[in-house]
Amino acid sequence: MAKTKAKRKSTAKTISHIPRNEGIDYNADLFIDLNINRSAVERRAATIGKRRSVKKQWQAAWLLKAVSCIDLTTLSGDDTPSNVHRLCAKALSPIRQDLLTAMDMQSANITVGAVCVYHNKIKDAVSSLGSSTLPIAAVSTGFPAGQIPLKEKLKQIKLSVAAGATEIDIVVSRELVLQSKWKELYREVKACREACGEAHMKTILATGEIPTYTKVAKASWVSMMAGSDFIKTSTGKEPVNATVAVSLVMIRCIREYEALTGFKVGFKPAGGIRKAKQALEWLILIKEELGDEWLNPQLFRFGASSLLGDIERQLEHYVTGRYSASYRHPMA
Amino acid sequence: MSIKEIYDSMEYGPAPESDTAAIDFLESHNRKFQLFINGKWNAPASKTYFDSINPSTKKKLAKLAEANTKDVDDAVKSAKAALPKWIAIGGHQRSRYLYALARQIQKHARLFAVLESLDNGKPIRETRDIDIPLVARHFYHHAGWAQLRDTELSDYEEVGVIGQIIPWNFPLLMLSWKIAPALAMGNTVVLKPAEFTSLTALLFAEICQQIGLPAGVINVITGAGETGAALVNHKQVNKIAFTGSTEVGKIIKRAIAGTGKKLSLELGGKSPFIVFEDADLDSVVEGVVNAIWFNQGQVCCAGSRLLVQESIADKLYTKIKARMETLRVGNSLDKCIDIGAIVAPVQLKVINDLVQQGVAAGNEMWQPSWACPTEGYFYPPTLFTNVSPSSKIAQVEIFGPVLAAMTFRSHQEAVKLANNTVYGLASSLWTENINLALDIAPQIKAGTVWINCTNVFDAASGFGGYRESGYGREGGLEGLYEYMKPKVHKEFRSTSFDKKSSNKSQSNPTEIGIDRTTKMYIGGKQKRPDGGYSLTITDANGEAIGEVSIGNRKDIRNAVEAAHATKGWSAKTGHAKAQVLYFIAENLFVRKEEFAKRLMQMKGRSYEDATKEVDTAIERIYYYAAYADKYDGRVHHTTHRNVTLAMPEAIGVMAIVCPDEFPLLGFISTVLPAIAMGNKVIVIPSETAPLSATDFFQILDTSDVPGGVINIVTGNKEELTEVLAKHDDIDGIWYFGSKKGSTGVERLSADNMKRTWVDYGKHRDWIKQTHGQGQEFLRQASQIKNIWIPYGA
Repeated sequence: MAKTKAKRKSTAKTISHIPRNEGIDYNADLFIDLNINRSAVERRAATIGKRRSVKKQWQAAWLLKAVSCIDLTTLSGDDTPSNVHRLCAKALSPIRQDLLTAMDMQSANITVGAVCVYHNKIKDAVSSLGSSTLPIAAVSTGFPAGQIPLKEKLKQIKLSVAAGATEIDIVVSRELVLQSKWKELYREVKACREACGEAHMKTILATGEIPTYTKVAKASWVSMMAGSDFIKTSTGKEPVNATVAVSLVMIRCIREYEALTGFKVGFKPAGGIRKAKQALEWLILIKEELGDEWLNPQLFRFGASSLLGDIERQLEHYVTGRYSASYRHPMA
Repeated sequence: MSIKEIYDSMEYGPAPESDTAAIDFLESHNRKFQLFINGKWNAPASKTYFDSINPSTKKKLAKLAEANTKDVDDAVKSAKAALPKWIAIGGHQRSRYLYALARQIQKHARLFAVLESLDNGKPIRETRDIDIPLVARHFYHHAGWAQLRDTELSDYEEVGVIGQIIPWNFPLLMLSWKIAPALAMGNTVVLKPAEFTSLTALLFAEICQQIGLPAGVINVITGAGETGAALVNHKQVNKIAFTGSTEVGKIIKRAIAGTGKKLSLELGGKSPFIVFEDADLDSVVEGVVNAIWFNQGQVCCAGSRLLVQESIADKLYTKIKARMETLRVGNSLDKCIDIGAIVAPVQLKVINDLVQQGVAAGNEMWQPSWACPTEGYFYPPTLFTNVSPSSKIAQVEIFGPVLAAMTFRSHQEAVKLANNTVYGLASSLWTENINLALDIAPQIKAGTVWINCTNVFDAASGFGGYRESGYGREGGLEGLYEYMKPKVHKEFRSTSFDKKSSNKSQSNPTEIGIDRTTKMYIGGKQKRPDGGYSLTITDANGEAIGEVSIGNRKDIRNAVEAAHATKGWSAKTGHAKAQVLYFIAENLFVRKEEFAKRLMQMKGRSYEDATKEVDTAIERIYYYAAYADKYDGRVHHTTHRNVTLAMPEAIGVMAIVCPDEFPLLGFISTVLPAIAMGNKVIVIPSETAPLSATDFFQILDTSDVPGGVINIVTGNKEELTEVLAKHDDIDGIWYFGSKKGSTGVERLSADNMKRTWVDYGKHRDWIKQTHGQGQEFLRQASQIKNIWIPYGA
């Protein structure tokens, strides 16, 4: 076990060319006067996918890029070693080989960005992935509601890291956001980051439970100041998950934070992203608002379970000119 | 490019929209279009054709017929002939036609979008997602108004044949703004699209054929300025609706002065885009993109002057520049661009020249690092910072993707800078503070105020300008009045309704009175005339009964200055204004006998007649006092999540030239609605019988009317009228007098585009309620400002 752990930790080197966000001291001045105009944000969000269009080989390349950014996820009560095993196999070989060959991408070594599971399934993922360096992300800190004591949260993180998770998806305490206890939120997230150690931390804001975009922006700032490697929209369990509009709010904060500190923080929309067309829209959003540097799994991930299936079918259509069926692609 | 290369670079590729269907349409006419007159395609009498080009490629799209005077005449006659039947079928049938047009446009939406994009050079995204959906929406909305017309607007009737001249920047959208309300209100139309962009209007003509619109109801004639001039000057045209440059708008105004043709003008702009320090700056940046880089900046209401609070200016400029780097310019049919081609080389040259002048004048110019494609007429997005208001690029309408930015220190300075322009079409202001937003919005002289948004349109909201941006509104209820007229106008006649009296004058020759010096009333004080001359006023029998001052241009100047110097009247609550008006009525009632006697003396009236005029005047004051707090605005049902407030606002400083007849009632009936709406007025009372007005000074003094709200200058009516019409600091003028005088007022007012309302020598019976009072007066004394307030936390 210890051996595997050491090996898995080394996957962090794939990210090593981008310095980690080390966080900064709590400074309310940086965000307290923020005001986000919802209508204006929504107008921009509504047009972003309409101002750009990627077709033909551009679309194929972009969809492959999307695949490489997927955190292939299973977060169910009935997860067992067998479906986690399938998930891992699919993660390492997400696209049918003949399709990759047709696109001359057989040697591009395309895998998804990571697999994402509950703590209890880390060990299954570790054994399924074997010698692969594919990151394993574990949801943590009382996911999805986060209603457990901080002490327990930190313990969970440490256990998951010890079990072989190289990425930890934490949830913020919504209570602290709702009550605008920003300094407490900062302390909590910072403690989580310390508990993560080498493992990269994605901080889930659960935006579907935050009443205003202004608070989403403030929570983004606090999470970044406290050292999050990624900020993430949703657990996938809230009634409203990732939307382009809320993503826009968060990535504008990422942009501003980088301008201020030089740290590039990653972004992960999660929940409700099921179609290839949506994936393209998100990539366009990232390219337009953050730039090409963010268009890779080191700084961008999709939290999704069924997205891959739709992308596979679109890619087959690109290759063959025929509309595909889902049963033609190996299931996860 | 290989997939691997794209995978690594993540570049965009070409994403062209197919033009096949649009080209098929052109080919179906052999790329040679005739004139659409009386439901048929007719070769032009001129036998002349001109080319329409695609500005993205400079390639010829088609040949278009050039309509000459004969063609225009044919079109107008066809519209005239179609009119009686079109009126007779009634609102519901017209509604069905408008509904069919809306459906048909929706069904062929992509064809319209592609054709528009090819012809104009604007991005397919814009025609597909903005222009064409708004066109369909406009027809749907007005299908509704057509249905409601006969019951809800039954005091009005159609105007007749409407000549419509539209610009090249939103070809089909402007067509819909013109045609939909015209048809809905029962008019027929001759439309001239802009010579650069006629193709969608011609496709629209085909749609009219397809739905079986009666022949002649819509006629589309192509051509340039001369064709437009022939339409404007055609005797059987009852109204001109024009959207285009202020320069041409003024020419049209002068050309039709005195003809009685109705006129609505939607002209140029130099609209301010005001950013306060608490705004959501990232959203502001996208607002700027929509304000000035929408449609290549070729938008009459483009936010072309960026006014930024000093504290955030550098931060915002940095963000805007970063955003400019990611804008993409290219072929209009590329689905991956933000900015298309400039419509024509002549416009490209205008933009280029003005930018060069801006640079030469020392303004800081910035353009993104990338280069524009070279095969079409392209111009890069351009930002000027630290622009001074005195700089030409801050004053003139560039009509291109060029933004002039400057800073302000305080809210009041922002308002001053915003209003430091001859235009007044639109404005946009950005703040997260609703108190600030609603404080500033009424202070901006513009027909539209977009709060935290910009270039948002909807058929339910009126659009149109203040000042030299024109007048009249398009869209909403306020837009309908441009296409109908009160039925009561038919009762007006060229002879006065004021009774000729045979009674002896009522002055008492045996009593020696005290000599009265009748001065003028300026700024709340009685003032001697600048010239030092007086005019003798005679009674009905020609006997002298008094003297009044002869005002001259300097007295007018002083009166206008006094009116402007009075602050606060417009901002007073309706209730407060009503109190003052009621007080006027109260004081007039107290002196009823005196005013009646004066009428008997001046006009030789019977006591009964004279008393009736005074009583009617008191009642009329009550009418407008009542309306002072009841002439409400509306909240329009627009299609966005926002509150769209349509607020009637005062026009500003108005000149009122009273009718000669009914010396008291004519004065009251014209002055009271104007001040009830918050205007300040310079009044020229009846020239022959001014003493009722001069007697009124004391009533004004005792009724809490703030000095400068009503200024009265006596003297030669026509001379003073000319001075008023030529005065650039007067915002509106009403004239009741001769046809010749009306013509002069309309012609001379064109220079500063003051609102005019004249009677063309047709008299009202001022005693009659239907003639002498009504909402028409209030509407003429106000202008609608639409304030868009999106919401959501």
